[in-house]
Amino acid sequence: MTSVAERDENGDSKGGSMTRRTPLGTPLAARRDLGWIGIPLVAAVGLAAFWLLPDDLALLTRIAASALFVLSLDLVLGYGGIATLGQAAMFGTGAYAAGIVAVNWNNDPFVMLAAGGLAGGLIALATGALILHARGLTLLMLTIAVGQIVQEVANKARDWTGGSDGLSGVDPAPVLGMFRFDMYGRTSYLFALAVLVVGLLVARRIVRSPFGLACRGVSEDPLRISAIGGSPKSYLVVLYGVAGVFAGVAGALTAVTSGIVGLDSAGFPWSAEALVMLVLGGTGRLYGAVIGTAAFMGIHHILAASDPFHWMGFIGLFLIGIVLFLPGGIASGLERLGGLLRGPSQNNGEDRA
Amino acid sequence: METMFGIAVDGVAYGMILFIISVGLSVTLGLMRVVNLAHGAFAMVGGYVASYAAQEAGLPYAAALVVAVALTVLATLPLERLLYRRIYGSANELAQVLLTIGLTFVIVAGINYLFGPTLKRIPLPELLTGTVELGPKAIPAHRAFVIAAGAATLLGLWWLLERTDFGIRLRAAVDDPAMAAALGIRTERLYLATFALGTGLAALGGVLGAELLPLEPYYAIRYIVLFLAVVAVGGAGSIFGSAAAALALGIVDTAGKYLIPSFGEFFFYAALILILFRWPHGFFKGRTA
Amino acid sequence: MTALLEVEGLSKNFGGLQVSSDISMTLNAGDRCALIGPNGAGKTTFVNLVTGVIPPSAGTIRLDGRDITKLSAAERVRLGLIRSFQVARLFKSMTVREHLELAVLQRDRRTFRLFANVTKAAGLADEVAGLLDTMGLTQVAHTAVGSLAYGQQRLLEIALALAMKPKVLILDEPAAGVPHSESQRILDAIDRLPKDLAVLMIEHDMDLVFRFARTIVVLAQGRLLCSGTAKEIVADPRVREVYLGSRADAH
Repeated sequence: MTSVAERDENGDSKGGSMTRRTPLGTPLAARRDLGWIGIPLVAAVGLAAFWLLPDDLALLTRIAASALFVLSLDLVLGYGGIATLGQAAMFGTGAYAAGIVAVNWNNDPFVMLAAGGLAGGLIALATGALILHARGLTLLMLTIAVGQIVQEVANKARDWTGGSDGLSGVDPAPVLGMFRFDMYGRTSYLFALAVLVVGLLVARRIVRSPFGLACRGVSEDPLRISAIGGSPKSYLVVLYGVAGVFAGVAGALTAVTSGIVGLDSAGFPWSAEALVMLVLGGTGRLYGAVIGTAAFMGIHHILAASDPFHWMGFIGLFLIGIVLFLPGGIASGLERLGGLLRGPSQNNGEDRA
Repeated sequence: METMFGIAVDGVAYGMILFIISVGLSVTLGLMRVVNLAHGAFAMVGGYVASYAAQEAGLPYAAALVVAVALTVLATLPLERLLYRRIYGSANELAQVLLTIGLTFVIVAGINYLFGPTLKRIPLPELLTGTVELGPKAIPAHRAFVIAAGAATLLGLWWLLERTDFGIRLRAAVDDPAMAAALGIRTERLYLATFALGTGLAALGGVLGAELLPLEPYYAIRYIVLFLAVVAVGGAGSIFGSAAAALALGIVDTAGKYLIPSFGEFFFYAALILILFRWPHGFFKGRTA
Repeated sequence: MTALLEVEGLSKNFGGLQVSSDISMTLNAGDRCALIGPNGAGKTTFVNLVTGVIPPSAGTIRLDGRDITKLSAAERVRLGLIRSFQVARLFKSMTVREHLELAVLQRDRRTFRLFANVTKAAGLADEVAGLLDTMGLTQVAHTAVGSLAYGQQRLLEIALALAMKPKVLILDEPAAGVPHSESQRILDAIDRLPKDLAVLMIEHDMDLVFRFARTIVVLAQGRLLCSGTAKEIVADPRVREVYLGSRADAH
């Protein structure tokens, strides 16, 4: 398993059907998510949380908005095989776009979301077209660099963004003119949950579309896609752009529900955290993003009182453990459990490792 | 007020430190195809061990340096066996990123636990505290030492790769791993030795560069992007590429900080994007030393 | 009638090493041509040149009258020049059905529909069902390729090629690596290929060559040695020398 992979004339690994695997080394099988039950389940759990944990709505709102962000990362990483440490660039762009629109022109929450999505999508398309010919370490560096530049631009454009103090005074109008963003955070949470559920539905539609099918092919074997007449880079750029829209909406949602936008919304640590959350939950499954975000932020909240270095050590050990023992994340653990419970009468060809 | 000469000296010294630390990362990426984000943590560990040895154990600078490199290498060898070996190969890129980030976090937390969050210094010996005359100009002795060490490292590595058995086997294994194995080259031992070399150099750089890259627990996270940038621009596995990239980035970064301080970072990342966009395989395009 | 594939003076050198020299050949609709030659003769290089994987140093390639020498591999595929691979190269995680769906959708340029449903795409189900039936893969339609027997994978490769509606089909050792028990199905599938299709097959197995080919082209050391019918080739002393001579030298 650890034999050095073959290389083609560029020195890149000859993926082919031999060594190419998903991002974390487990072979992707024919992808089925939880089926139609997955998304209603998320909605149901979300609503249950609303009633069961009324004092933690701020945290739950953050989880919902972050889950949408992590979902955007799943699109590029889990379905496109693009390893990026710069997804926060789109999140931050969306957040600032929404905030600036709200402060200066129109504070309707849907307009804000649209502004965020548009901004995130445009940045993603522009940078994606530039950098997605690269792979491996080079691509990683490029995504980091883009993120840093967005952060720097936000820092310098003080008049618009508030610079290092952040953008405050983002005060969204009532949803549909009726539901005010109250100080208990009820509207915020339900709004965020609704946006997340809609996001999941749209994402699900996309990954099951012809486009989604082609992207899965690109992530597994780009040369094979050329051999059937497709252009791998075109698919990846569009996917990156779509994910940018999701990330931008997530950023805008954060601006709507928290009322402020800070520089760290575009920063490298946020990109890295999203990656950790996604891997924790399990890539390539959409709902894995939700699980991972909830687990990570939930645990962080519980351990928040302790020394940040302890948290870091804990996360570090956790990451090592995931890579070594549970590469498919929590979702794969659940799936295995589900497989066991359903008994051995499954189709042979569709088991997931 | 820093003169251009002063900036150049600082830039070159900084670049040399970046080179000494990053070249190990470049070689391990070129040979084992592993993106080791914990490489900065290894440099940091080296620096901390030297600092402890010099300040608590009272060892002279040179001894502290040797002890630091030796202990860091010894401590990381088991990691190669237990962890890294499982994630070699470019198909495992994400696993590498995650595992090595995790390892970095663990090391950072550990360093903080053992030594606390304050800055650590490595007291310089008398010899390195003055200045060195170079004709009409004077350079701080420490900077001169670092520059000399960098040059020595470059030459030493070149000699190692071009003139020794080990070097030939290493280059063969990088160029064609299957063939190398077929020729009886013990790739596993080669990986271990190369890993040790890379870590040792990182530790060396961490110690030598403690004046320029201050030692505190976040060191590993703060500077890893720099080391990765050197490797990406220089081209994985290329010694001279790393040297050129490190010097270029070192000078650009230093110049940026002095001349246009408010845009320093922007400059660096924009340059990085431009270079990598034009030469995605690195400026020196290839894996030859 | 224009030839479907015209290759003229195709050459390739890597630095000082000449791997292909001045190869010319023509394929017409309905041709069944086998490309043979000893190992290292440059057969796969030739195919890589024709399909656009590597650029030639000299020469031209025409597909159905159109000069494709400068086009990318994907563009040539879209114009109807299809190849299969010597080692099966498929998407392990996708099912057999998904492979064919993707190929058809890609061919019809329907792959940028983000919100459409694959299963409901017009005409797709019928066409895919037809292909599965032709290749005898209907039973395993929903099996992930990673779980398929190798022979079935090779069949899928051919099905995939057909799904792209080729004008010229290049098969690179289609039965290589397939156990005898399964190779018959592949040979039958090749027999049943559309009559107006021009097929070029690289093969080492002479039984298969004689069964399949109406014309044979012999490559040696990057050059076209000779071409003709099976009878002519077998009788040609140069061919024997190229095959047997190298064996004699090996003593």
